Amino acid sequence: MTNFDQSSNSNWTIIFICWIVASVSTLGSLFFSEIMEFPPCALCWYQRIFMFPLVLILIVGLFPFDKNIIKYALPLASVGWGFAFYHTLLYSGIIPESVQPCSQGVSCSETYLDLFGFLTIPMLSLMSFSTIVVLLFILKRRLSK
Amino acid sequence: MRKQNIVLISIGFLILLFALSVYIYKSQQAKKYGFMARENASTFVREHSQTLGSDDAKVYLVEFFDPACETCSSFHSFVKQLMAVNPGKIRLVVRYAPFHDGSDYFVKILEAAGKQGKYWETLEVMYKTQGDWANHHNPQPQLIWKFLPYAGLDLGKIRNDMNDPEIAKLIQQDLADAKTLDVKKTPGFFVNGKPLTSFGYKQLQELVESEIKEKY
Repeated sequence: MTNFDQSSNSNWTIIFICWIVASVSTLGSLFFSEIMEFPPCALCWYQRIFMFPLVLILIVGLFPFDKNIIKYALPLASVGWGFAFYHTLLYSGIIPESVQPCSQGVSCSETYLDLFGFLTIPMLSLMSFSTIVVLLFILKRRLSK
Repeated sequence: MRKQNIVLISIGFLILLFALSVYIYKSQQAKKYGFMARENASTFVREHSQTLGSDDAKVYLVEFFDPACETCSSFHSFVKQLMAVNPGKIRLVVRYAPFHDGSDYFVKILEAAGKQGKYWETLEVMYKTQGDWANHHNPQPQLIWKFLPYAGLDLGKIRNDMNDPEIAKLIQQDLADAKTLDVKKTPGFFVNGKPLTSFGYKQLQELVESEIKEKY
């Protein structure tokens, strides 16, 4: 019985960590756009579309713990990860700028932030999405055992 | 329930962290601009900048504007009101931030009008008729011409003067200064070098009044 409790507790914790990551990313991205007034480019908006709802659906899945949350959260996180990955490649110049979808308005490859010389905003986004996707996959494995 | 508390505390912590970051960031920015105002006053007022108001005024209100910007238009009459209420105390400095596509065309007309001594009259006419030539953020240069005679301008001279490369140069300078001062939206206000951190009529009035209190 205690064994069962412990494992269900850590399952809950995994979703909780995902929620923390999503919340920090959401607040962080709002800080960049609303406080520091960096205009979000098109790709940033797509990543936001997939990050912001995670905050709400993950917290709903926490009370009470609902393992179906993976089914709803994983598609969002995966597509968001795809955008973040593409954006990171674009930013670091691996994909040439001419291929980028947002030629008008705000450029997606203009560097606004460079933390410690290597951390850029798309990289932060990629890290968040990666963490969430990996944690959700781990939880999926644990639950199917 | 324990789990509920964990989440509630986390929410509180995240919100607090956000508010604290906002506070630290804003006070750092304010410090940065204060420093810049002392070290580099010319970023705020250039030789070419058009000014309005008394030479002895101790409160310098610097406004980065775009002739096609609707908010700039509505703030213009508010600023004039502020100046009328505090006669001789405020000097308005206008700088260009033509962020709308094609806005620099109107800036060129304004500068050319300045050569005829009709700068402020022309700006007034532009703002009053803005809805007719720049509806929905879509400035249409050809539409402005029928309104310009209201400012008493010699249109032929305007057409000639507005292509002066000096004007293009001063627009570039203003845009560069806007970038240095982090002006990303218009109108961008600075009162004696202090930026208007929270945007609004009331906030601008408060900032101006606090500067007047300090200087007079």
